[in-house]
Amino acid sequence: MSDTQAVPAPHGLLPGRAAEAGLPAAASPRRLTLPPRLRRFISPLVLVLLWQAASMAGLIAPRTLAAPSTVLASAWELTLTGELPSHLLVSLGRVLSGLGIGVSAGVALALVAGLSRRGEEIVDAPMQMLRTLPFLALVPLFILWFGIGETPKIALVALGAAFPVYLTLFSGIRGVDPKLVEAARIFGLDRRGLIRHVILPGALPSALVGLRYALGSAWLSLVIAEQINATAGIGFLINDAREFLRTDVIVVGLLVYALLGLGADALVRLVERRALAWRPSLVKE
Amino acid sequence: MAPANNPAHNAAPLRVRNLTRRFGANTVLDGLDLDLAPGSFTALLGRSGSGKSTLLRTLAELDPVPKGARLDLPRPVAVAFQEPRLLPWKTVWQNVALGLPGREARSRAEAALEEVGLSHRVEAWPATLSGGEAQRTALARALVRSPRLLLLDEPFAALDALTRIRMHALVLELWRHHGPTTLIVTHDVDEAVLLADRVLVLENGRIAEDVAVELPRPRRHADPGFAALRRQLLGALGVALEEAA
Repeated sequence: MSDTQAVPAPHGLLPGRAAEAGLPAAASPRRLTLPPRLRRFISPLVLVLLWQAASMAGLIAPRTLAAPSTVLASAWELTLTGELPSHLLVSLGRVLSGLGIGVSAGVALALVAGLSRRGEEIVDAPMQMLRTLPFLALVPLFILWFGIGETPKIALVALGAAFPVYLTLFSGIRGVDPKLVEAARIFGLDRRGLIRHVILPGALPSALVGLRYALGSAWLSLVIAEQINATAGIGFLINDAREFLRTDVIVVGLLVYALLGLGADALVRLVERRALAWRPSLVKE
Repeated sequence: MAPANNPAHNAAPLRVRNLTRRFGANTVLDGLDLDLAPGSFTALLGRSGSGKSTLLRTLAELDPVPKGARLDLPRPVAVAFQEPRLLPWKTVWQNVALGLPGREARSRAEAALEEVGLSHRVEAWPATLSGGEAQRTALARALVRSPRLLLLDEPFAALDALTRIRMHALVLELWRHHGPTTLIVTHDVDEAVLLADRVLVLENGRIAEDVAVELPRPRRHADPGFAALRRQLLGALGVALEEAA
């Protein structure tokens, strides 16, 4: 008798779920009413304030690290003089051309390897071998091959971007559910139709993850590449500032790198949200 | 033998001769012969591993026709699987219209969806569908091609009991309306007796039992004759019922 009372409903809420459902309601009045997205910014803000306070108190010497206020002022000044925008354009140009080449190459190779056995035999083994090379270690070779102009910089970015795109798109293509391919074949799709309607859309989520990696890798390559005898670009700005002990300008450069990386990541996420609207995690009734 | 051009049936006879399939040392289908009348509804029972799915895959031309076998199959064929196998990145109507040529693909898809009672879900993503809705979408996708051979591979096995009852009624209605030669693979004896005119039991790679179901429709479990058929088929599957009716 008591057993039947303890189990409330056939499919029903287990006691644990009911308790969970009760929790937030009980705890919420005590919490700050800041939305969760803003709450995440509290601790970084506190850190910056501590940094500023330490600089003002003389605990951090300007030649070790400039105060946040100095950094902001320098950023503003560099923007007004046009110095920062012009270097930024140079760096952006390098990343975009490198990415363009690298992503295209990665996509092309992944399509060849992913869509045909013969292609896989030819392309995949060398790619898997090359990817174990830390590509940044190729800088000396690149300098010998391409000199110290723009070419080695763009080549390095391209190389950094190509591998993540290749690896994720290839595994994405191979990971498409064979049952879906089979069903689509029954319903009359030819090979082209299969690739267009089943295989590529199925590989897209994985490829977009690869694109995010590629962007991260591209920025990293850019930082390294711009240490090679650059006469323009954010990396040049940083190196130049080092000569004059301008830690404020160095930090401005680092911040710009960080913001560019963040911006690129946000862009891919936006693309994901658009292109992958069908995914269960994104679908809303 | 040419397919019958009988205007009363949107179907043709199915004829299989000497179908043998081996996987390594394992003979799954052993010189199997099969005839299905145009527009008939047949259920194929068998224990797991009896080759039901292999036979269905061969009929759907998912596997190559083995040497020595002769197959005359009504075309076009459509299949509904145990899992709905909808493309998650296409909306419900796009899934139904998959592979349809021409401009009226969408209106044909919508008509098929209306027939299975899913007019309100035309633009939905598959991830938002219930199990029954997804399976009805799969049925609409099969029907929209006006198949003359409809193959159902345990299509209701993953559905809950109530949904399954509704799906049985829907399948029968669609079959009566469109009249394709229909073959359902199932391991549910009750489902076979409820739906089919003829029940085949596959064993050792051949048709071991061929039972005509002559119960009037709509059929109910309580019908006289249902229990007898059920017992006979379960016996053929090697399940002896202890309690005598």
